[in-house]
Amino acid sequence: MSSQPHDVEQLVRQEYKHGFVTDISTDTVPPGLNEDVIRLISARKNEPEWLLEWRLTAYRHWLTMTEPAWAHVHYPKIDFQAISYYSAPKSKKDGPKSLDEVDPKLLETYAKLGIPLQEQKLLAGVAVDAVFDSVSVATTFKEKLAEAGVIFGSFSDAVQNHPELVRQYLGSVVPATDNYFAALNSAVFTDGSFCFIPKNTRCPMELSTYFRINAANTGQFERTLIIAEEGSYVSYLEGCTAPMRDENQLHAAVVELIALDRAQIKYSTVQNWYPGDENGVGGIYNFVTKRGDCRGTGSKISWTQVETGSAITWKYPSCVLRGDDSVGEFYSVAVTNNYQQADTGTKMIHIGRNTRSTIVSKGISAGHAQNSYRGLVRIAKSAEHARNYTQCDSLLMGDRCGAHTFPYIETRNATAVLEHEATTSKIGDDQLFYCMQRGISGEDAVNMIVNGFCKEVFKELPMEFAVEAQKLLGVTLEGAVG
Amino acid sequence: MSQEALEFYVAEHARTIALDTDWLHGLRQSALSNFRRAGFPDTRQEDWRYTDVRPILKRRFVQAGDSGDLAADAGFEGMRFAGLDAHELAFINGHYDKGLSRLGPLPQGVILTSLAEALIKYPQQVKDCLANFPGLDANGFQALNTAFLTHGTLLYVPAGVTVATPVHLIFRSNRQPEPRMAFLRNLIVLGRGASLTVIEDYSGTADAEYMTNVTTCISGGEGASLRHYKLQGESQKSYHIAATHIRQARDCRVESCSIALGGALVRNDITASLDGEGAEVALDGLYMGNGRQHVDNHTWIHHRSPHTTSREEYKGVLNDHARAVFNGKVIVHEHAQKADARQANDNLLLSDNAEIDTKPELEIHADDVKCSHGATIGQLDENMLFYLRSRAVDADTARSLLIFAFADAVVSRIGLRPIRERLEAMILGKLPDSGLIKEFVQ
Repeated sequence: MSSQPHDVEQLVRQEYKHGFVTDISTDTVPPGLNEDVIRLISARKNEPEWLLEWRLTAYRHWLTMTEPAWAHVHYPKIDFQAISYYSAPKSKKDGPKSLDEVDPKLLETYAKLGIPLQEQKLLAGVAVDAVFDSVSVATTFKEKLAEAGVIFGSFSDAVQNHPELVRQYLGSVVPATDNYFAALNSAVFTDGSFCFIPKNTRCPMELSTYFRINAANTGQFERTLIIAEEGSYVSYLEGCTAPMRDENQLHAAVVELIALDRAQIKYSTVQNWYPGDENGVGGIYNFVTKRGDCRGTGSKISWTQVETGSAITWKYPSCVLRGDDSVGEFYSVAVTNNYQQADTGTKMIHIGRNTRSTIVSKGISAGHAQNSYRGLVRIAKSAEHARNYTQCDSLLMGDRCGAHTFPYIETRNATAVLEHEATTSKIGDDQLFYCMQRGISGEDAVNMIVNGFCKEVFKELPMEFAVEAQKLLGVTLEGAVG
Repeated sequence: MSQEALEFYVAEHARTIALDTDWLHGLRQSALSNFRRAGFPDTRQEDWRYTDVRPILKRRFVQAGDSGDLAADAGFEGMRFAGLDAHELAFINGHYDKGLSRLGPLPQGVILTSLAEALIKYPQQVKDCLANFPGLDANGFQALNTAFLTHGTLLYVPAGVTVATPVHLIFRSNRQPEPRMAFLRNLIVLGRGASLTVIEDYSGTADAEYMTNVTTCISGGEGASLRHYKLQGESQKSYHIAATHIRQARDCRVESCSIALGGALVRNDITASLDGEGAEVALDGLYMGNGRQHVDNHTWIHHRSPHTTSREEYKGVLNDHARAVFNGKVIVHEHAQKADARQANDNLLLSDNAEIDTKPELEIHADDVKCSHGATIGQLDENMLFYLRSRAVDADTARSLLIFAFADAVVSRIGLRPIRERLEAMILGKLPDSGLIKEFVQ
C-alpha cells in the first residue's frame, strides 16, 4: 500500500502536453480597452451599424459594473487595459478556401493536438470550424451541411451572410448586460461559431470547433450562437487547448443556445486550456457564460463538459426551461490539480410545466487545487410537476486540496419533486487493496477507480470526445468496465 | 429605514443598559460599535439572501421592565411539562421571574441561575464562558444581543457531574400595547465528563407581537454529553432571532434538536465546532409553516479535528404562503482527517404558494473524509397513499397521516415522553385535516 500516494502523485502530475507556441505573424491591436478599440474591432470585421451600437451599449453598461467576487476563487485583479482585444493570424487576409491554403504551421498545431482536420474529410465524421485565436481559419464540410440547410460557420461570416438571424437571436439568451464578463464579451467579442439548424432537420454530422488561444497577452472572447428550429437536432462539440504562457490570460466567452419546439441541442465541451505550472504561475482565466434557452414545447438542451484545464474556471452552463415538457441536462467532470481553481456548476430554471432536469457533476481535486460545485435549481410558480435530480460527487487526492459544494434549490411550486445528493470522499484504501490483491498495479487501480467515478459523464460524450476525455484523465474507460 | 432602526436601538441601549463592571461595559460597548458598523443584514448578503428583516426594522420594540409588563399571562402554567420532573427557570418578556421558577436540589457544584444574578455572584464563570466564544457580533442581531447582554441563564456543570433531572428554561412573552423585545443569553458549560439535558422553550400569548433575540452558548468539555432541545412555539405574530453556538472538546457528544413551529419571521443560526478529536454532534430539526410564516434555519458544522462525526437531519412542512429557508454548511478544516459528516434536508410543500429555498453546502479541505448531503423537495409518496387507500383509509386521512408521520420522524427521536406528546399535539394543530387522524396518533 505504500506505493499508493506515489502513484496518485504521478497520476496527477502529468505535464501539460499541448504547451507550444505557433510562430506565425499576427495582426494585433495594442493593449487597452475603450470605445475606439471597439469601433476598430467592428470596422475590421466590417460589421453593420446595429452590431457596433450593440457592442457600445454593452461596453457602457460594463463600465458601470463591478467584477463579481462571490465565486470561491482567488486571483490578482485583472488589468483590463493591459489586454489586447484583437488578434488575427495575418494569413486570414487571403481567406483560405480549402485546407491546402491554410498555413501549414497551423495545421501542424492541430496535428499536435490530435485534431483530425485532414482525416475528417476522409472519414466523413466531423465538420470542424477551427478558431485560431480570433478568426476562423478553416471550415470543412460546408457543402454537405448546406445541402441539409444547416448553416455552420464562423460568427463573422454569419454576421455578413445571415445578419437577420444574428440580429434576431444575438443576446436573446444571454443579454449584453447579463453579467460582468458577458458584458465585456458583448463589447469586444471577435469571433466564434454560428450554427442554425432549420425546421425538422437532423444535422447530418456532429459539429465541432476547436478553440485555441495562441498569441501572448490576447484575451479570447468568442461568441457562439446555436439555433435549433422546430423538430431539429444537433450535436455540437467544443474543444479547447492553449499553449504554455507565463502570464495569466483571460478567456471570457459567451455561448447561447436556442431550442424551439421539440428541438434538441447536445453541447459537449472538453476544456484543456493551459492550467499554469506546478507553482500556480500562469494559466488561463476561463470566465464563461453559457446558457441554453428551451424556448419551445418539448425541447431539450444537454450540456456535457470535461473541464481539466485553466488556472481558474468560472462557468455555469445553464438551461432556461421555458417551454412545457422541456428537458435540461448537465453532465460535468471537473479536474483540478496543482493550484488550479474551479467554480463551476449549472443553473436549471424551471418555468414551463412538466419540465425536467438532471444534473450529474463529478469533481476531482488534487495538489493544492480548489474545486467547487455551485448550482441553482429554481422551480418557478408556473412550473407544475417539475422534476429535478441532482448528484454531485467529489473525489479528493491529497490533503491540501479542497472540494466544495454550494447548491441553491428554490422551489415555489408544491407539485415539484426535487432530489439533491452530494458526496465527498477519497479513493478508499479498501478499494485499492481489493484491486491490488487481484494483481492490478496501484496506478491502474487508481485509474480504474477514477474512471468509474466519471463514467456517468463520459458515457454522455460523443465517441470522439470520450476518447480525448479518457486521455486527458490518463485513464481508460475500458479498464473500469472490466 | 435601516439607519433609523439602527439609531433607535442605540438609543434604547442608552436608555436601558446601565454602566456596569468594567469588563462587561467594555464588552457591551465594543458590541455596540460593531452593531453600528455592521448594521442590520440585508438580502444582498449571502447569508440573508432569502430572509428580509425589514418587517423587524419597521417596528419599534422596547425592552420590558416597566411596572406591569412582567406579569405572566394565563397561558404560562401550560408550559410546564406535566409528568416531567424538571428544574424550571421562568422568564417573562425576557426577565427572570424567581417566583414562577422551580428549582429542585442540584448536585454539588452545579450552578443554575439567571444571568443577571450570575453577573453579580459568579462573574468569573460568566467571563470565562464568554471568552470561549469570541466574535459573536458578526451580524447586527448578534452584536445587539451582546450589547444588551443582561438577561438569560448561567448553567454550569462541573467535571464528572451528571445532572439527572432535565433543566427546563421557559421563555414566555405576552401582549403589550407597545411590543416588547427580549434579549437573552444562555450560557451552558459542561466540565469534563459532565452530562446534562436542557430544554429551551419559547412561547407567547396567542397573536401577541414581540421580538425574541436569543443567543445560546454551549461549551462541552472532554467526554461531556449534552442533550439540548429548543422548542419554539412563539406567537404567530412574533419575531424570533436565535443563534446557538456549540463548542466541543475531545469525545464530547451533543445532540441538539430544534423544533420551529411558531413565529412570523424566524431565524435560527446554529454553529457547532468540533474542536477535539472524536467529538460528535447530531443536529435535528423540524420546521412547519403556515399562513405567512417565514422560517430560516442556518447551520454551520466545523470539523476542526480528526475523527469527528456530525449528523444532521432537518425536515420541513410548508402550507399556505409559508416560506422556509434551509442552509446547512459542513466545513471540514485542514487536518480534520477521517471526518464523517452526513446531512439531510427533506421538505414537503402542501400549497402552491409555499416556497422552500434550500442550500446544503460542503466545504472540504481534508482528503480522508466521508461527507454527504442530500436534499429533497416533493409531495407524498403515491405508493404509500395507495397502500393506505387499498386498506380502506380515505384519501384525506391517508394524506394527513403521511404528513404527520413525515414530521413526527424528528419528534419521535426525542427521548422525553412529555415533550414528545406536547410536540405531537402541536404538529397536529398545524396540519390540515388533523381532526381525521387524531384517533390514530394519540
